[in-house]
Amino acid sequence: MAIEQDDIEKIAELARIRIDQDQIGQVTQRITEILRMVDQLQAVDTSEVQPMANPLDATQILRPDRVTESNRREAFQAIAPAVEDGLYLVPKVID
Amino acid sequence: MHDKTVAQLMAGLRDKSFSSAELTRCFLDRIGAMDEQLNSFISVNEEAALAAANAADARLAAGDTAALTGIPIAHKDIFCTDGMRTSCGSRMLDNFIPPYDATLIKRFNAEGAVTLGKTNMDEFAMGSSNESSYYGPVRNPWDTQLVPGGSSGGSAAAVAALLAPAATGTDTGGSIRQPAAFCGITGLKPTYGRVSRLGMVAFASSLDQAGPMAHSAEDCALLLNAMAGHDPLDSTSSPEPTEDYTAQLARQIDGLRIGLPREYFGEGLDNATAGQIDAALKELEALGATLVDISLPNSHLTIPTYYVIAPAEASTNLSRFDGVRYGHRCTDPVDLHDLYTRTREEGFGDEVKRRILVGTYALSAGYYDAYYKKAQQVRRLIKQDFMHCFEQVDIIAGPTTPGPAFALGAKSDDPVSMYLEDVYTLAVNLAGLPGMSVPAGFVDDKPVGLQLIGRHFDEARLLNVAHQYQQATDWHLRRPAAIAGGAA
Repeated sequence: MAIEQDDIEKIAELARIRIDQDQIGQVTQRITEILRMVDQLQAVDTSEVQPMANPLDATQILRPDRVTESNRREAFQAIAPAVEDGLYLVPKVID
Repeated sequence: MHDKTVAQLMAGLRDKSFSSAELTRCFLDRIGAMDEQLNSFISVNEEAALAAANAADARLAAGDTAALTGIPIAHKDIFCTDGMRTSCGSRMLDNFIPPYDATLIKRFNAEGAVTLGKTNMDEFAMGSSNESSYYGPVRNPWDTQLVPGGSSGGSAAAVAALLAPAATGTDTGGSIRQPAAFCGITGLKPTYGRVSRLGMVAFASSLDQAGPMAHSAEDCALLLNAMAGHDPLDSTSSPEPTEDYTAQLARQIDGLRIGLPREYFGEGLDNATAGQIDAALKELEALGATLVDISLPNSHLTIPTYYVIAPAEASTNLSRFDGVRYGHRCTDPVDLHDLYTRTREEGFGDEVKRRILVGTYALSAGYYDAYYKKAQQVRRLIKQDFMHCFEQVDIIAGPTTPGPAFALGAKSDDPVSMYLEDVYTLAVNLAGLPGMSVPAGFVDDKPVGLQLIGRHFDEARLLNVAHQYQQATDWHLRRPAAIAGGAA
């Protein structure tokens, strides 16, 4: 599956990563090489094969729904880039 | 003191030949004298290390000891350490001081082990050469023009250079075994889920596994005893019971059936490396093992399968780095979108960005079935190959890598050629199996690693075979010439 420069721009937007215009060509080339290598998978007949998400085919273990954590907001906010009154600050979203 | 195994250091601490404070000082001095050249540590906290050593000495004096009390250890900078920077080799986490300890760190601390510092690594554990670290490349102690391997290259180099008697690493596609091979040390990737991932910065959650890196199989067993076990805080950690991983070390291996996958000995394997591996296999045969020809027919699909699944999982895991709650944030964002996109542009290096983009593509609407689901199906075929082989053999052996360590810069501009470095290690992660690399000789003075692969949760058997091999050989006792005569 060929990938074009504007596909890379769309993916980068989905991934929320800015790419400099002067680098987009090289990024496209590298990703094309990786996808070309990955495309070997398309030749394999997997019509009868169940996908494997966990190497031990383990299923999700659930614990009883009990409160086990204490409130550590101050410790967590101490390492944040910008906080005020217990809230995380980001640029204004709505005018 | 610096050239002893963990087992010897444990004995020395108990018979009071030296104290943990003396031992810790010795390694800190070696790091201070030699690490400028190797760059194997990102952070060293002398004060905390010496305080932990003094506390360990008090425990030793009071007789209140666990196996590793007073033993200095280096931790890969992927494990969260309360109050000590955990960078994961990335600018994104250059300022990140975790408010908690990873379960693995807690377990070592509870034993009274001493954290010397945090070791360098490929950014977010993505790499096979340690060149993608924000903190610069690590150099191989055997030849500083060579890479140490990756992503746990700092841990491997630190142990090989005798800057730490042992270290922790993580292995998502070979990141313990390949640097262990390149640096001439012993490394074990346990079964998926054997060691808790809580507090280990996530790369690919269905593949990531922590393990020990040390001079010998015996030392790896001692470390694994401290690391292994179910963690209620990691729902993917296994409830399978653990065992004393040192208990089987002395067992003879006569009658052991060792499978040699023909796909691991064909095209792509360096001739001189093949010669060393053949000699190692003859040694195992001389110890009573039987060599059996086997086939892993889907081996050619492991790299493509891995390079869909690992980037897909990475792209979701790394979406948490958004510049809002912790880590890097760009300056003066004009709006929220600008905050996200510039923070991630600045915080991540090229290889990490590439993998996020590949993973985002593989998971995007219209491509999910062709890439991600397809890779998960082929992943099952790869695992089934191993399961069939384990009906005939007890363990599988082969080379850890296609050749010995390569020069710094040799592959850093060509991602696909870098990916080929992991051709023999990736399948083990895809199948969730335990795998080891054991020193098995040299090619042009560069170490070669023998890979041993076991059944799920059969770490004790792998360690047993590796230990018996190390009783009969001395490759694991060789030290880099420039290092043996070093400080302290």
